[in-house]
Amino acid sequence: MSILGTRVVRTEDPLFLTRGATYTDDLVDERLRGAAYVTFVRSPIAHGRITSIDTSAAAGAPGVVAVFTAADTEGDGGLSPLPPPLPMFTKGMDRPPFAKDTVRFVGDIIAAIVTEDRYQGEDAAELVDVDIDPLPAVVDPRKALDDEVLLFPEAGTNTIFTIPGEFDDSVFDDCDVVVTREIVNQRLAAAPMEVRASAAVWGEDGRLTTWISNQAAQMAKAALVAALAVDADKVRVITPDTGGGFGAKIGADLEVCLVAWIAGKIGRPLRWVETRSENLVGMTHGRDQVQTIKIGGNRDGKVLAYRLDVIQDSGAYPLFGALLPALTFSMATGVYAIDRLQFRSRSVATNKTSVAAYRGAGRPEAAAAIERAMDLFAAEIGMDPVEVRHRNLLPPEVFPYKTKGGSLYDSGDYAAALKMVTDEVDYPKLRQEQAERRARGDVVQLGIGVSVYVEVTGGGDESGAPKENATVEVHPDGTVTVLTGTSPHGQGHQTAWSMLVSDQLGIPLDRITVKYGDTDLIPEGGGTMGSRSLQQGGVAVHEATTELVQIAKARAAELLEANVDDLVVDTDRAAITVAGVPTTAITFAQLAEKEKLSVRKVFTAPGATFPFGAHIAIVEVDTESGKAELRRIVTVDDAGTILNPLLFDGQRHGGIAQGVAQALYEEVLYDDDGNPLTSTFAAYPFLSATEVPSFDLLRMQTPTPYNPLGAKGIGEAGTIGATPAVQNAVVDAVSHLGVRHIEMPTTPERVWTAIQDATGGQA
Amino acid sequence: MKVEIAVNGEKTTDDVEPRLLLAHYLREVRGLKATNIGCDTSSCGACTVLVDGESVKSCTVLAVQADGRQVSTVEGLAGDDGLHPVQRAFQQEHALQCGFCTPGMVMASVGLLSENPHPTEQEIREGLEGNFCRCTGYHNIVRAVRRAAEGADA
Ligand code: FES
Ligand code: FES
Repeated sequence: MSILGTRVVRTEDPLFLTRGATYTDDLVDERLRGAAYVTFVRSPIAHGRITSIDTSAAAGAPGVVAVFTAADTEGDGGLSPLPPPLPMFTKGMDRPPFAKDTVRFVGDIIAAIVTEDRYQGEDAAELVDVDIDPLPAVVDPRKALDDEVLLFPEAGTNTIFTIPGEFDDSVFDDCDVVVTREIVNQRLAAAPMEVRASAAVWGEDGRLTTWISNQAAQMAKAALVAALAVDADKVRVITPDTGGGFGAKIGADLEVCLVAWIAGKIGRPLRWVETRSENLVGMTHGRDQVQTIKIGGNRDGKVLAYRLDVIQDSGAYPLFGALLPALTFSMATGVYAIDRLQFRSRSVATNKTSVAAYRGAGRPEAAAAIERAMDLFAAEIGMDPVEVRHRNLLPPEVFPYKTKGGSLYDSGDYAAALKMVTDEVDYPKLRQEQAERRARGDVVQLGIGVSVYVEVTGGGDESGAPKENATVEVHPDGTVTVLTGTSPHGQGHQTAWSMLVSDQLGIPLDRITVKYGDTDLIPEGGGTMGSRSLQQGGVAVHEATTELVQIAKARAAELLEANVDDLVVDTDRAAITVAGVPTTAITFAQLAEKEKLSVRKVFTAPGATFPFGAHIAIVEVDTESGKAELRRIVTVDDAGTILNPLLFDGQRHGGIAQGVAQALYEEVLYDDDGNPLTSTFAAYPFLSATEVPSFDLLRMQTPTPYNPLGAKGIGEAGTIGATPAVQNAVVDAVSHLGVRHIEMPTTPERVWTAIQDATGGQA
Repeated sequence: MKVEIAVNGEKTTDDVEPRLLLAHYLREVRGLKATNIGCDTSSCGACTVLVDGESVKSCTVLAVQADGRQVSTVEGLAGDDGLHPVQRAFQQEHALQCGFCTPGMVMASVGLLSENPHPTEQEIREGLEGNFCRCTGYHNIVRAVRRAAEGADA
């Protein structure tokens, strides 16, 4: 029986559970002997002119090796400002390595202090004397559009990137009902449990070796090569165990570039690990869109037209976040057959932390908007939200289907997914219970929220994404090494890739080692993000193994003097045998002994894949306090063929929890002057174990035709489906009181206020 | 200042700064890097260890306060006969992904089960409320603690 599709516990766990993983800050490495530590001095002010920086007291403090500021980056061997990552972004918004004249967000880097030990760095940082004349800060992205206060006067605008759209109202002319509403998809912290960290050393040979907690060593290397302006062969990036990323550890952040550069300047190995408070202002944030939706249709439930107008808060320096609306656009119509789509987006700079990818990146925002819009429309025409969805879902026979947002959906069966979850919860019965509670006027009301979603994963060649590669080598001792361009940080690649190899060779999992994240060993690859690993990296491993079997058979045919067509793999013995003559056999190990047995394969995905699913959330809302509690969430998440249900469900659990967290609890907040209010774990409402129930997971598998495993991505699906389901449930719980919408997170205060507003305080 | 701390049964005497946190002592002085540090506000529990058998966030304690005490970290948990039942249950139930919260989560679970050997789901969730995990959604962590409690680790 094939091991594929079976529940296999992780082979990486015993080490993680007994000695702990080796994260960047845990590294014990000869090359880092005698390392100094770097501490960054950051701006406490959101927007202002730097009038003076005095580092003399810090420079004289105990243990201080060196102090760096903007002045040190000029001239020979200096460091140039980092341009925005995409050529289509507005020019003149480069980020200087150290803030020079202007600080643009709380957390902007002003100086770096190098010390012999870590505690000394904290002490010395407090001695740096910086004078800043505050400027008015732009905090609200809607206001940033006015260009009254400019972050980059030389650019002449705060707008970084736009997707222009013609808003012609006539598309709504034949609609019985039209609903318009502003919806805020709030700013979130990715908050991986391991903060950012790096270590760097320049060798005698003039090459940089740097260890970075990251999701894609090859991309981090490219960023470093550009920032340091050195030849590509001068940089080696190594990825130690990485304690979560969720999109915020893609590439090499400015801090990581500075650590590498400073290590060169002082001629000593250097280490950096940020504090959590530093992480919550320094690491990129996610989401943060102001969306205005307009949805129109007929009273029979058919949606005819949909408009989405997005303002993307991109934070102080343009990063990938400014491009998120492009993903939102591509997924704007979701699972529905909506022919008339109008979309516009404007990405703007504000005096806040930069925005980049966070689990789902642009797609959760699209799903939240359309799923909220469907509920608003349903409420307006007085139809059940499940029924409205059924009347608009794309039917299974339309695939491949090209949306008005430009996506080409590969496969799906949305109605089946929705039916599966509604059957599981006995939807009519739930509605009846809800009606009874309403009739009784119970203080605690029941809310039922639905979402049906589709998302895009594993962007293929067409999106300019890197192809994924794998090398599989069998060694004479019967062990196997797999090299992959993907990069685990919790997903379980060691187990998953070993399963793919073991399936075809019969070599046991514990004899297979998966290597990743070393650019000398694996120069190419796209890392792990966008739910791409299995469907690209895993497929490359699978195909390399398939080819390795063919090569092994050809060699065995000669050695065994048999016809290649008569040869089969005996997985019990990890050998090739002549069919029907088990005594004539040669093992893969024996073949490797005679001649190197190794295959490298590059997989080219024909296109992105589109996982989908349906979620139902059941909440209870205390109408007196406004407190909403999630009682149950039932989901079906179809990401094609499942390799290992244990890992598959694990990804869903984490994703669902992050979705629930966005709907109910989490938000990064700033005051009107741009001061962060949630920059510690004491202040950021990070989801804890008491705030979620166990999850009910159902399964559906609709394979993609785009790869031989039939696999799509599952990394982000849970987040995309759960967020609107839970938000819809909270609104639903109080909709009979006249409430139509409550912004996320649906805190007690917001829910209570919404009830008061709807009832004029009569509830 | 001189401290004598028994970590996982091994006693050493070290000279430490009075302000050195127990978490840093374990990591830097004793070289035991499994205990992680996830925050600076004693909120996340990544640094949880047992001090005289009770679970404690090691970033909230100074090394000097642990003088003369027994400290247990995840490195000392497995016996000669293999993984501790909680460790085994964590693997069986896939209660870890990136592994960063795991040493603290395992030690908090060991502490929880020693106080309450048969907790309900709600008691497990409340017992682990001070331990953050970003990866698992807590679902499988709760299952693992239950499994360990039920002794279904075979
Ligand atoms: S590191 Fe101790 S509680 Fe977070
Ligand atoms: S497993 Fe990653 S934080 Fe818990």
